[in-house]
Amino acid sequence: MSFEPQALNTSRIDALIIDTGCANISSLKFALERLGYCIEVSSDKDKIIASTKVFLPGVGSAQYAMGGIIERELGEVIKQLTQPVLGICLGMQLLTEHSIENAIDTPCLGVVPGEIKGIKTHSPSLRLPHMGWNTLSNISDSPLFTGLSESDYFYFVHSYCANVSQYTLAECDYGQAFAASIGKDNFYGVQFHPERSGKSGAKLLQNFMELC
Amino acid sequence: MLAKRIIPCLDVRDGMVVKGVKFRNHEIIGDIVPLAKRYSEEGADELVFYDITASADGRVVDKSWVEDIAKVIDIPFCVAGGIKTEADAQRLLMMGADKISINSPALADPTLITRLTQQFGQQCVVVGIDSYFDQNSKQYQVYQFTGDESKTAKTAWQTVDWVKEVQDRGAGEIVLNVMNQDGVRQGYDIDQLSLIREQCNVPLIASGGAGTMEHFKDVFQQADVDGALAASVFHKAIIDIMDLKNYLATQNVSIRL
Repeated sequence: MSFEPQALNTSRIDALIIDTGCANISSLKFALERLGYCIEVSSDKDKIIASTKVFLPGVGSAQYAMGGIIERELGEVIKQLTQPVLGICLGMQLLTEHSIENAIDTPCLGVVPGEIKGIKTHSPSLRLPHMGWNTLSNISDSPLFTGLSESDYFYFVHSYCANVSQYTLAECDYGQAFAASIGKDNFYGVQFHPERSGKSGAKLLQNFMELC
Repeated sequence: MLAKRIIPCLDVRDGMVVKGVKFRNHEIIGDIVPLAKRYSEEGADELVFYDITASADGRVVDKSWVEDIAKVIDIPFCVAGGIKTEADAQRLLMMGADKISINSPALADPTLITRLTQQFGQQCVVVGIDSYFDQNSKQYQVYQFTGDESKTAKTAWQTVDWVKEVQDRGAGEIVLNVMNQDGVRQGYDIDQLSLIREQCNVPLIASGGAGTMEHFKDVFQQADVDGALAASVFHKAIIDIMDLKNYLATQNVSIRL
């Protein structure tokens, strides 16, 4: 990789990870720090609005995660952000209009049209959750995927997904085609975990930081 | 296409990586972080860290090494050992573990599986099962407290029944360790894993017995497991991870290269 890590400077914050109370924030923070970026984790509205890049991580259920966003009064704040925002895994799902998990329909942020439903693998030999390393197809020319191809593997772990639509930036197949990445305006989302996807994931994070 | 996973397992005792034979006679292999980094760079798809003393000693040991690992590796990893409560799990996940694996505490209180799943999501709750084939009864039995020989005990569960139970309670993945095969490098127990595969609708990871590259091919092709876990063949450099993955690719096993 040609990217040169920038000198660490505690006064400069390159990106902010929204603290929604979910538990997987450290691995994303460490991944960005390995690339040389200064990262702040916060649920402070003013800091989120002022940050040049924003990450929305998430694990667990949509209902629990949206509850965390509402509790911190961050719903409207996130919707009105104009800088690049990257939702990861459940964080991507929260960017859509709503999510149906175990018959519980949770209204989400609605910044990217679409909905989240259970994966239908149509085969008993394709187990759920969809867990492990998979490749992408129909990768768009979005800057998020610059330098990445159908031979790159990314780490997925999920049982729910967004169907392919005009807002899909890359697809994945697991018994059904689904959106591995979505985007609209300044909002981007990836279903996989770039922070846990080796060099391919690091490249995607770097693309988001440098090109989006 | 979803790749089959190669998963080096690092047994941890007092902050060092150790390895025993059939769960006994542990010898020190090395420091955790350099080994984790090495395996990650060599192409491991995931790592599992078992704190093998924790459950048997009835204590929560120092797990600060979890954060040290999360800082240096860029593949998923799972931490097992001594996780008895939601708070135990949360601490590990906050430090950067992607999954937590429970074994003896789930046997002591099966509702723990459900509670962890509800709070953290099915995707990060792994149940480890130590299964022993009893030659006399010809049955697969679940054992607990296998980290300490003096406390290791047979439970009332037959393996197939426990596999069903943990899925009903929401487990997101099952690691089946065949105690008879552990550390002896004679091959995975294909018969048992095939039997369990039929009952297992979540990802299933084979553990115990890997000795050659053919053993990995056999367990993927014959038992259709999602991942294969191994320790000594990697620690002792009997098998190189990249050689193994290249070999599996030539055998038409879907693998990440």
